[in-house]
Amino acid sequence: MKLAHKDLLRLATVGSVDDGKSTLIGRILVDTRQLFDDQLDAVAAASERRGVGDLDLSFVTDGLRAEREQGITIDVAYRYAATPSRKFIIADCPGHVQYTRNMATGASTADLALVVLNVAHGLKEQSRRHLVIAALLGVRTIVVAVNKMDEVNWSQSAYQSIVDELETLAHELRFEHVTCIPVSALYGDNVVDVSKHTPWYEGPTILSALETSDAGSWTTTNHGARLPVQWVLRQPGGGRTYAGMLNGAPLSIGDTVTLLPANVTTTVTSLDLGGTSLDRATTGLSIDVDLEAETDAGRGDLIATEPLPTVTKDFTATICWFGESPLQVGQRLRLKHTTKVTPVRVATLSGVVDIATLSIGAATSLATNEIGLATLQTADPIVVDDYRDNRVTGSFVLIDEVTNATVAAGMVGRASFL
Amino acid sequence: MRTDTLQAPFMTDHLDLLESHAMFILREVVAECERPVLLFSGGKDSAVLLHLAAKAFAPQQLPFPVLHIDTGQNFPEVLAYRDRYVERLGARLLVAKVQDSIDQGRVADPGPLGLRNRLQTVTLLDAINEYKFDAAFGGARRDEDKARAKERILSFRDAFGQWDPRQQRPELWQLYQGKVNPGEHLRAFPLSDWTELDIWQYIEREEMELPSIYFAHERDVVLRDQMWLAVGPFVVPRPNEKVERLQVRFRTVGDANCTGAVVSSAATLGEVIDEIALANVSERGATRADDRFSETAMEDRKREGYF
Repeated sequence: MKLAHKDLLRLATVGSVDDGKSTLIGRILVDTRQLFDDQLDAVAAASERRGVGDLDLSFVTDGLRAEREQGITIDVAYRYAATPSRKFIIADCPGHVQYTRNMATGASTADLALVVLNVAHGLKEQSRRHLVIAALLGVRTIVVAVNKMDEVNWSQSAYQSIVDELETLAHELRFEHVTCIPVSALYGDNVVDVSKHTPWYEGPTILSALETSDAGSWTTTNHGARLPVQWVLRQPGGGRTYAGMLNGAPLSIGDTVTLLPANVTTTVTSLDLGGTSLDRATTGLSIDVDLEAETDAGRGDLIATEPLPTVTKDFTATICWFGESPLQVGQRLRLKHTTKVTPVRVATLSGVVDIATLSIGAATSLATNEIGLATLQTADPIVVDDYRDNRVTGSFVLIDEVTNATVAAGMVGRASFL
Repeated sequence: MRTDTLQAPFMTDHLDLLESHAMFILREVVAECERPVLLFSGGKDSAVLLHLAAKAFAPQQLPFPVLHIDTGQNFPEVLAYRDRYVERLGARLLVAKVQDSIDQGRVADPGPLGLRNRLQTVTLLDAINEYKFDAAFGGARRDEDKARAKERILSFRDAFGQWDPRQQRPELWQLYQGKVNPGEHLRAFPLSDWTELDIWQYIEREEMELPSIYFAHERDVVLRDQMWLAVGPFVVPRPNEKVERLQVRFRTVGDANCTGAVVSSAATLGEVIDEIALANVSERGATRADDRFSETAMEDRKREGYF
């Protein structure tokens, strides 16, 4: 048997607690036969022991003891599924507001958000919060499972009313591809198999929507190649090459590149992947390159092609704050951006996002899980793109200097919907 | 390792992306941590990990040593493979022995035939302490177990080596941050997003060597706790057990007395891949006695500091 080459789609579940995200993922995995017999037996045994019916599908991903005791998702579970043409990496994210940092962890690498809504509950504040975060993180494609249709007797009007509300928000948040699907994750309707209960619905099932969405859709290729230098490899004979993961546009031997922040323009003379030479590399590959000019480049520098990114020590950004105590103006933290770590200070806080209205209110601090706009000043220059142009060179995290905990996700610039 | 020149345009598939992601993680941890180490058991996952590490730093030598936690209950084919592989790479091999932990009274002696798998945690944490490692690469994959499915790629361990699944650091984008305070350490899992099938397809693509016990061979086995165990120094047939000679292979490699064989005729990489693609039992379910003790056996071991 020859196994075909597959592409890779990363997706994250998004939505409020108890709307059925974990159950939906469990249903997808069971109905596509991705679970082994012993894993299914273990889920059945755990369901019986905890008195929650024959097969609690949420136990497929809620694997921690505390999660099963409380019937909630605390942290992201990663699950894998494959169809003949595609490998899926599924991040099943928690819905509780207190675990928003974990939801952001799962969504930050997603190409697509699988939004789960409870048809009977309308669009809850927590669902809105998750959609705002997914949009901020650069997700452009959403597949919306309008769940628990069995509890409203498969009512088309109930479905249509939540879809109208969702589509208004999705339009405001500038999602580019929105597919809404009436489902029952519990019974499997329109998840993998077409439902008998929705003759009025003619769109795809969840699985076929996931199979036909663009993979790697957040990768922009029209804003230049970006190679953050991770490590300098010493070559036999005394030369050096610069290793890192390429993103953005492809890079080829002979390309004119600029080393930043030094601002040295030179040419790519060789390109390798793990000891194998390439003529050309594309986004996501861990390559090492040699440059024509003699440079003393090192970790934290950036090799880029036109249009070039910005070298700055002072920039505006959108911040999702996860720290336990509020973020204050003047606060000092550590910033990690690409392969560069530098001290940073919050110069100004210019606003906090109201999740309900998407308006910006005045802010003097940011509480846990609030989203705000800030100006940051770094000790060393960093080389950035706007997050909308490049997800790698436009993103950073803030780190507590004492505990080393990651306390914020940051995006350079300001989303167009804010 | 592939040596051909790839033609432009280079089409990336899922194995290319998984490989590059793992190389990125290896380089990032080495750059941010003071004293990393790679945990190597001679099994297929840590073999792939070591192969990726060699690629990530080629043509340089590995910038960290390789550590084997030796339970003393190994398959001899695996030890021979370990030594061959490490020598070929010119890597520095450290061996920490569970027997030493027993002799020092750090753990209770389970007896000559007793299970030593869980005791490895103490030996591992003692070695991390002794050598002052601040990061340990492991070959664990998230598809192996429901507790592993929850773990970050860079997983923080406190000064007691413990994992707290309720307080994991957010891990956004690919901004892996590896800073820890003295006494704390990280476990880094570059193969987190690989499945068992990905591992085998990659081994085939890279033409890697593996220990011979992964391929079908004839062996004396006994059926114990619904698993075929290889008869040998650590598995002595009990009076009620019948020794059978079967064609088997191992789907995972752990201690000889808690790793079950599967009846199989898959003697080549291609045949193994066909078998895995059609399997209806998970690799740990088929072959690991240590995961059968309770619903959360892996979570409980991980909290203590297990691999």
